[in-house]
Amino acid sequence: MEPVTNNEISRPTNIILHIIFIILSITCLLPIVLVFMISITDYDSIVLNGYQFIPEKLSLEAYAYIFKDYTVIVKAYGVSIFVTVAGTLLSVFISSLYAYPISRADFKYRGFFAFLIFFTMLFGGGLVPWYMVYTQVLDLKNSIWALIVPMLLSPFNVLIMKTYFQMSVPPALIEASKIDGAGELRTFFRIVFPLSLPVFATIGLFNTLHYWNDWFNSMIFITDTDLYSLQYLMYKMISQADYLSRNRALIQGSATELAKLPGETIRMAMALIGIGPIVLAYPFFQRYFIKGLTLGSIKG
Amino acid sequence: MITHEKRNALDTRLHLPVRLHPKRSSMLRHLLRHKVLLLMLLPGVVFLLINNYLPMFGIIIAFKNINYVDGILGSPWVGLDNFKFLFATSDAWIITRNTVLYNFVFIILNLVIAVSIAIALNELKNKLAAKFYQSVMFFPYFLSMVVVSYLVFAFLNVEYGFINKGILAMFGLNELNWYSEPKYWPFILPLINLWKGVGYGCVIYLAAIIGIDSEYYEAALIDGASKWKQILHITIPLIRPVIIITTILAIGGIFRSDFGLFYQTTLNSGALYPTTLVIDTYVYNALINMGNLGMSAAAGLYQSIVGFFLVLGSNWIVRKVDKDQAVF
Repeated sequence: MEPVTNNEISRPTNIILHIIFIILSITCLLPIVLVFMISITDYDSIVLNGYQFIPEKLSLEAYAYIFKDYTVIVKAYGVSIFVTVAGTLLSVFISSLYAYPISRADFKYRGFFAFLIFFTMLFGGGLVPWYMVYTQVLDLKNSIWALIVPMLLSPFNVLIMKTYFQMSVPPALIEASKIDGAGELRTFFRIVFPLSLPVFATIGLFNTLHYWNDWFNSMIFITDTDLYSLQYLMYKMISQADYLSRNRALIQGSATELAKLPGETIRMAMALIGIGPIVLAYPFFQRYFIKGLTLGSIKG
Repeated sequence: MITHEKRNALDTRLHLPVRLHPKRSSMLRHLLRHKVLLLMLLPGVVFLLINNYLPMFGIIIAFKNINYVDGILGSPWVGLDNFKFLFATSDAWIITRNTVLYNFVFIILNLVIAVSIAIALNELKNKLAAKFYQSVMFFPYFLSMVVVSYLVFAFLNVEYGFINKGILAMFGLNELNWYSEPKYWPFILPLINLWKGVGYGCVIYLAAIIGIDSEYYEAALIDGASKWKQILHITIPLIRPVIIITTILAIGGIFRSDFGLFYQTTLNSGALYPTTLVIDTYVYNALINMGNLGMSAAAGLYQSIVGFFLVLGSNWIVRKVDKDQAVF
């Protein structure tokens, strides 16, 4: 069919909309620009003028400090990377293993197992009993597993995967595979998995983002500084204004150095370093996110 | 080769229990036939039992006066005392009001603005630019609440913050104590929430708009409908199902809140509690900072029970509106 060519908005409207969108886009990025500018501002200019978009005097002292005394940050990066990689792999694996059987129409108990997981969306014991299970029963306080286990299975992810399996894997194909002598596991890995790669990628990315951005589990389960994740380290730095100064005092024990400590700029530099990997992965991430979200909303 | 007699004999032996206990045996056979599927479910089931079902028994904490010597089971029962204490203070009213009002504002604000932006994005002539704007507006969604708290802090810090030092100072106004003045936060928090979430909502509504058949617009054009009329009479009615579903689901969650938003961006400042404390942060503070297990559990149970009926209620409405969209 001939596309409608004259149903476009008028030129002035188009220009006005572009102006609005440019303003909106700038608004979305402005805070990050501000934080970046603070991180490269000379500490004395901050004391004098406060945080400014255009620094009076530039200084990379904050980054120099962070990289000079990098062990804390490197450790936190290590924890975050391990938790994100292990957590994402495990959770995608367990979620798909749960979603697949309840997507199978010939599996008689799918209703029961679907209810078992979706009921958790309705009702929960609350934070206190949940916290006590992890600390008293599982004894995971100050364990790296406390950062991984709580986020392994989300009903929402299972729902998305189950729907995808139902839509994209014809039951006849599973039947045929079984007639050819393949067991359930073989069918799952050789037939279902390759056909469902997009949903594995989408859920994998959702999980990557959740694990990378998580600070709550660290906050309630972790007191051991060796197990601080990057987000939690950042939380500590903003919640305890004197965190760095105390650390610095412990390390160097010099009062004059302490007085000159560019705490404000270090914090902001730290925030940027914390955003780091997500910014780099963003173009790749958002493509899949948009696909995944679109899929979810069109499915209706 | 298996002869017919042999096979029959084998069959009979295999089917023998069927005749004796038809029901139990067919279940057993079904379980055996699907033993691999059941095995696949096992890790998830173990997780659910530990992470979700075991804590449900912990609800008894809300009815006990927990002390560490006697443990959970040994501690004395106190009936509804924890709830009485909770609802006797003004806390219960404040956290309920805050939770519900903020969510209400978030739902309306995010809906109206995300839908408007999605419609406008769809109208832009330059599709590449539209895609670029969408990407940029989606970006804040990827940041953790800790990072967001830094961004907010850069603007609101009392000593150095951009608003105090840059904007207010420029107009010769006095510096404001953002982190100890509760009255500003009912405006700040919805703004942060909008900033972080509008890109996400926009994607969902844009997907729905793109899914609309272009023939509707062509027909409208032939009838001489203006752009404004098309939006009002075609676009909005056709994306209404998505709008209704997202809104109803959000209403189901109106008793829960984004813990990170209320805890991190306010720096959990006690001075701000009158306008920033919500049920989730209250439960956390009562547990970690005050160590009041009973009261914290009582507040958590209150949230769970009201939340339960809200989700059920909204799911019931979803079912009425569009059966396919219902979660249960």
